[in-house]
Amino acid sequence: MVDIIHYLILSGVLFAISIAGIILNRKNVLIILMSIELMLLAVNLNFIIFSHFLNDLSGQIFVFFILTVAAAESAIGLAIIIILYRNHGTINVEKLSGLKG
Amino acid sequence: MKSIYLIIVLSPLFGAIIAGFAGKLIGKTATHWIATGSVAFSFIFSMVVFKVHIFDNIGAFDETIYQWMYSGGIFFEIGFLVDNLTVIMMSVVTFVSLMVHIYTIEYMKDDEGYTRFFSFIALFTFAMLTLVMANNFMQLFLGWEAVGLVSYLLIGFWYKKETAIYANLKAFLVNRVGDFGFILGIALIVAYSGSLHYGQVFDVSSDLDRIQLNLLGYDIPLITLICMLLFIGAMGKSAQVPLHVWLPDSMEGPTPISALIHAATMVTAGIFMVARMSPLFELSEFTLSFIMIIGATTALFMGFIGLVQDDIKRVVAYSTLSQLGYMTVALGASAYSAALFHLMTHAFFKALLFLSAGSVIIAMHHIQDIKKMGGLKKYMPITYWVSLIGTLALIGFPGFSGFFSKDAIIEAVAHSNIFGSTYAYVAVLIGVLITSLYSFRMLFLVFHQKPRMGNKTKSHLKECSPIITIPLILLAIPSVIIGAITIEPFLFGDLLKTEIFVLPAHDVLGQMGQNYNGVFNFIVHSFYSPVLYLALSGILISGLIYLKYPFVADILGKRLSILIKILQYKYGIDELYKIIFAKASIYLGSFLSKTGDKTIIDGWIVNGSALLVQKISIVGKKMQTGFIYSYALVMIVGLIVLSIFLINF
Repeated sequence: MVDIIHYLILSGVLFAISIAGIILNRKNVLIILMSIELMLLAVNLNFIIFSHFLNDLSGQIFVFFILTVAAAESAIGLAIIIILYRNHGTINVEKLSGLKG
Repeated sequence: MKSIYLIIVLSPLFGAIIAGFAGKLIGKTATHWIATGSVAFSFIFSMVVFKVHIFDNIGAFDETIYQWMYSGGIFFEIGFLVDNLTVIMMSVVTFVSLMVHIYTIEYMKDDEGYTRFFSFIALFTFAMLTLVMANNFMQLFLGWEAVGLVSYLLIGFWYKKETAIYANLKAFLVNRVGDFGFILGIALIVAYSGSLHYGQVFDVSSDLDRIQLNLLGYDIPLITLICMLLFIGAMGKSAQVPLHVWLPDSMEGPTPISALIHAATMVTAGIFMVARMSPLFELSEFTLSFIMIIGATTALFMGFIGLVQDDIKRVVAYSTLSQLGYMTVALGASAYSAALFHLMTHAFFKALLFLSAGSVIIAMHHIQDIKKMGGLKKYMPITYWVSLIGTLALIGFPGFSGFFSKDAIIEAVAHSNIFGSTYAYVAVLIGVLITSLYSFRMLFLVFHQKPRMGNKTKSHLKECSPIITIPLILLAIPSVIIGAITIEPFLFGDLLKTEIFVLPAHDVLGQMGQNYNGVFNFIVHSFYSPVLYLALSGILISGLIYLKYPFVADILGKRLSILIKILQYKYGIDELYKIIFAKASIYLGSFLSKTGDKTIIDGWIVNGSALLVQKISIVGKKMQTGFIYSYALVMIVGLIVLSIFLINF
């Protein structure tokens, strides 16, 4: 029997993987973007799980919103990465320390 | 009458303001006309007041002119108390001040600070009048501080001269010690009587007398504490031992102010104040004894120093100290009237002596060393004769004004039987001898003997212009006659009956009055007392030493070299103060500056906090890597910590 706890563990694992992806990734900015997507998916999964087990559709409606936002966000993210590449000639995370100010 | 009193006080202030602010604009002549005129105006009106009060007997005027503020049940007011005591002080102050103003016109004529000088001395006259006419302690203190301020300004009048700056700082600091006591005394009076007004305080003096204060486990009568503190103020202003050190140094100022401020008027403010407070001082026998001992010490030991001084002004300065000591002794003996009497005669003859010393200084082209003078009698006859008159008055030669006042004081001390009166009697007796010794030493060294100055100075020697000699002559007249005229009303009459309060037990002047039979008998009586013979032997000894057998002075100088050294170092009091107070405060200052300011405040607090911020930021800077992943890590860790926190609490 697949219980709610198993689903939640799955979504937690996905979330953890995505965090690890952001923190441990030393190579490519794209991977960060992908990790963020994964993080959002983990959250979506959570919404769906609870919506199903609590018999409340509003959770699933939220998922649509989040998907939309995620699509827009990755579009902007990719655009930023292109600009970044044009200006710096690299999208290597190790090289990008402009946040230092 | 009220407006006349106001005119008397405000007219010199007006003169001072004009001379001070517009002096450069209107020129020297206009300045001295305005300043001298304003004081002359004041003098004339003082004479009017003198006539109305003393001869027409209109009674005391005691009114508030202006109320400054009202706080906590105490009125802070400006008001005048004009009784016979005030009237006498006003007349003396305005007269001497006027003489000094006239004298200054000539004395300072080539000085750069001509207008400034006139502004200051007119301001002084204003301040002194405020002081003597006060009817409350606040105004007394105001005048007290104002004369101190002007004294400070005038001692340092030649502000480019280093010794003058040193002297005025010293005068200011020493006076601070006295003033501190004085204001504490006033504060005690206000605290326990709830009033600043003289009359109201005197009315409750018997209540104050009953209060005991517990201080450090000892029961001290309140009245003694008040009187001691007030007298400390008087000690500062009237230069009594041990706060006398500023007066000799104050001679760095121009001679006219030495005459006006440091001989005739300001330094007697302390004497005036104690006499004014006689209803309080009478109640504290301890303070009276203290006053008498301090006064006697000053009178005798400062006189000794006068014997070895070579600067003409310093000799007169030490004689001023000694005479102030006499006045103080009289206060201690409860012979307040005698003190005031001596104050008045002293104001005339000491101003005369100072101004004639100034006349000599001009003629000698600012050489002040009496060892370099001699034989001036031939060149400056007027100055010589007025100096002789002043000196005879000072030593108490029968018939001259000083004779009456000094004799009265000595006799009062003889009649007194409070603790210390025997010591005081011996001290003032020896003081008479010393006074005539140093006075005639100076007179002989300056005016007699062979001229010792250089030929160049000698060729320029001549009597000063009438602007200088006329004030001298005008001062010489009261120096001779004022004593004989006023002794009767002053000491034994009703002149100061209401102003001065004396307990029957202390009433030495009353006892003397029983034996008093007119001026002539007073003079005759003196032939039966040692005082006259001491004074005469002083003249004789100095005459022998300095006129007949000059080599005696050299022999004595060698034999008594140790004594003379002690006197030249003024008993080491100045050095002692330099070590104890000056050095100690320098050390304290440098300790506070180095350790307190530079190390603790600058080093630890100011720079330390900056350093701390720097240290923290060096660590903090390392966290700011600029890499996205580290920010993300921090954010997530923060989120986790926050969630744990929120869940648990």
